[in-house]
Amino acid sequence: MKILKKGQAGTMQSSDLMVVVEPAEDLIVEIESTVKKQFEHLIRAKIDEVLAKFDTKSGRISINDRGALDYAIEARLEAALQRAGGK
Amino acid sequence: MADYKLRRSLLYVPGNMPSMLQNIPLFQCDAVQIDLEDAVPLSEKDAARILVRRYLENYKDRNKEILVRINGLDTKWALDDLKAVLPALPNGIRLPKADSPEIVERLDTLLTEYEEELGLEVGYFRILPSIETAQGVLNAAKTALASERLIGLAFGAEDYTATMEINRTKTGEELFNARMNVLWGAKAAGIQAIDSIFADVNDMESLRKETELIKKLGFTGKCMINPRQIDIIHDVFAPKQEEVDYALEVIEAIKRAREMGTGVISLKGKMIDRPVVVRAARVLNTARAHGMVDVVINEEDINGTE
Repeated sequence: MKILKKGQAGTMQSSDLMVVVEPAEDLIVEIESTVKKQFEHLIRAKIDEVLAKFDTKSGRISINDRGALDYAIEARLEAALQRAGGK
Repeated sequence: MADYKLRRSLLYVPGNMPSMLQNIPLFQCDAVQIDLEDAVPLSEKDAARILVRRYLENYKDRNKEILVRINGLDTKWALDDLKAVLPALPNGIRLPKADSPEIVERLDTLLTEYEEELGLEVGYFRILPSIETAQGVLNAAKTALASERLIGLAFGAEDYTATMEINRTKTGEELFNARMNVLWGAKAAGIQAIDSIFADVNDMESLRKETELIKKLGFTGKCMINPRQIDIIHDVFAPKQEEVDYALEVIEAIKRAREMGTGVISLKGKMIDRPVVVRAARVLNTARAHGMVDVVINEEDINGTE
């Protein structure tokens, strides 16, 4: 999926996350998390995996995580990408 | 009496809340109904169905029945809901606004198409239609026969009272006729009858009274909006020990009667004949599902042999 416009998905509730994706020349992933110290590497790995699955090669991906599990990270990023126009 | 699956408690879980979804394995209810309809705002329909899909794909060791309440077939979201969630294999679909048998038939056809596409046997996905409008109540008997997939009819009192332009009360007099129509429809078709939610999660006393009432009428399960309501509902639906003991005596008595060549016998001064035996068999089957007894009651116990 190609990011054509800004797309946002998710909430700031516990166990959820907010994802904002915007068009950019390079691929930039920024992660904020209530559990950043322990889990940033795992969140990043999951984000990279989902971006690869949807063949998204560029864009600014901002994550604000509230302790979400993998399935929620995948679902919210997928929803944000869809909303960003990348069918 | 083959399909004796307990569906006493069906808990609604909002489809767009990870904190609730991921607790599904922990809830002690018999079934959950993951909600894509009323619990999800219009702006989040797309995100909720993706979340539910990904959640169900990850929930592999299932310990309860999973239904997904899709949006009504008359909305623009229903087809996308099915497309998103069916590959993650819920057990069935809770169909809102099942006002007529045609609506259920339409879902049946759609489910068959998905089953073929997903390589599943036809009939894999079950349907629990919501009878929740005046029209739905009038058509309940026909709707109950609309598809082999039906596990029951579910009464939706909140929407029903809204379409009737009346208020829902805690004593529920206004619901009697509608509930009976749903019950007759379900019982005539040989499927389960599931009652509506009780909305006040702080009033456990009224929840108990309502559950006792609907059990008395013939409902075999109730929907819920809060896991705190599970214990009371299970408590009301659990057969009492005296009922179980009496049912066992009835079965013994009718066996003695048949040995003597009659179909009727007196037990503690009360007449025991086939309808009493049928009710006793029902109690014992429910008790078995609760793990209270391990006797299996078969057709021969109920009817005898030729």
